[in-house]
Amino acid sequence: MNRAEDNQGYACGGDAQARSTADAVARRSYGKLVAYLVARTRDVAAAEDALSEAFASALQHWPRDGCPANPEAWLLTVARRKMIDSTRKRSTNEGAVAEIQLLAEGLNFAAAETEIPDHRLALMFACTHPAIEPSVRAPLILQVVLGLDAKRIASAFLASPAAMGKRLVRAKNKIREAGIPFSIPERTELPGRLDTVLDSIYAAFSEGWSDAAGTDVVRRDLAKEAIFLARLVAELLPEQPEALGLAALLLHAEARRKARRTSLGDYVPLVEQDPSLWDTQMIDEAEGLLRRAGTLGSIGRYQLEASLQSAHVYRSRTGHANWAEVAELYDALLALTHSPVVAVNRALAIAEIEGAGAALRSLQDLAGDARLAEYQPYWATRAELLAKAAAYDEARRAYDIAIGLEHDPSIRRFLQQRQSALPRPDVSG
Amino acid sequence: MQYLLMLYSNEAHWANMTPAQQEQGMAAYKAYTEALKKAGVLAGSNRLRPISTATTIRIENGKSQVLDGPYADSKEQLGGYYLIDVADLDAALSWAARCPGASHGTIEVRPVWNMAA
Repeated sequence: MNRAEDNQGYACGGDAQARSTADAVARRSYGKLVAYLVARTRDVAAAEDALSEAFASALQHWPRDGCPANPEAWLLTVARRKMIDSTRKRSTNEGAVAEIQLLAEGLNFAAAETEIPDHRLALMFACTHPAIEPSVRAPLILQVVLGLDAKRIASAFLASPAAMGKRLVRAKNKIREAGIPFSIPERTELPGRLDTVLDSIYAAFSEGWSDAAGTDVVRRDLAKEAIFLARLVAELLPEQPEALGLAALLLHAEARRKARRTSLGDYVPLVEQDPSLWDTQMIDEAEGLLRRAGTLGSIGRYQLEASLQSAHVYRSRTGHANWAEVAELYDALLALTHSPVVAVNRALAIAEIEGAGAALRSLQDLAGDARLAEYQPYWATRAELLAKAAAYDEARRAYDIAIGLEHDPSIRRFLQQRQSALPRPDVSG
Repeated sequence: MQYLLMLYSNEAHWANMTPAQQEQGMAAYKAYTEALKKAGVLAGSNRLRPISTATTIRIENGKSQVLDGPYADSKEQLGGYYLIDVADLDAALSWAARCPGASHGTIEVRPVWNMAA
């Protein structure tokens, strides 16, 4: 685990090793160091600046003087000094004096401690506070806890780097100036507040996941970062079933990434995927998390979604049709979320049990939902069900809409193939 | 930290209430104010007279322009405020949520920018 500390005792034999030690610490501890610096001052931007200066300083000193025994503590001490310096430079008023005292306090403590207290969870709660604009919560958590730069985040969220940068700065200012607390909410409030943390991690994952082929490095990495965060939250809050549920859900989805595209980049639907391409280690980890969540006695959206993934995996592996169980899970999920998206997926399970007619009837209530008019899977599902019910003309029209709404060329190709496989209208009769 | 809780609500609603309802409303605010005092977080509070008494002024091209009426003519008007001193935004929000005004209007919570420090 503690790769950097393995270097204890011997000098960094030059730039390369100093860099790799710094990289390892950045990778493992960036959020921890930011969280520690921010906990007292609430000044996220100042903590990030100080830390990046500390890393730069490490790359200067470590090749010459050798890697410190405790690189994290070294970086923290340097970053704190930088923060004190910049606070001094900025102003000489009373507020600044108090801030400097806060910063100086524990300076020696940090240097002496081998294990830095982990405030990352408190930091995540601050980044996803209800007072922070919802759409910036996921980007904020990626930047502050993982150290991703605005440019990378912007391209994943299809925003301009300048606009993303501005929104991140604004959110950090709000944290400092509005006095958003750095703490883990009280037990009674925890589940509700945890939702915003989990939703943000899920949003980060979805952005990374939409590029299922994994050809876009930025997006693929984002999914990995989101999994890192989900595992971290599950580890820090092992008594929260939804935290475990989210980690299980993301691992299940990620485990099938390779199977989701052919070597030619063509989309492969779940039922046609080759289970030998799935990452069994990730699936096992997901199943373990889900089992543990199940013992905690409180169901939620992420556990249900992970259970659905688990049921799909079970069916594909064993060939045992478990559609009744799948439909039940969708029922529970629908009751919880009232999401039309869930209703669309539920229709496919109903089709397996009661036939396409019943499935189409279940979708009838949704026909007026404006949210679905531009939702590709709704039209693709409708088309598939209509084809099963032998309503080929209507199916063809539904495929047209689905194809028109899809932006991923490989899924568009897949839908076009489905559409052209429909029986031609019988012109002779 | 100090926070200003600004109470916005539709004045017409108050005028349309029966005397008994108004009395009940006043009692709720009184109880809320007492709770803030007891918790030692109240730094100041006042109710404002209706917007029919409001006057706005600004200087344009060296000339003062005085206008009858409030700054913004909206459905909900600023009707009063509480200035409270609490640890952080969460504490301020939980006090704001208890304010009777949160049930019949909207409360804007703003951190005070301390210019003395």
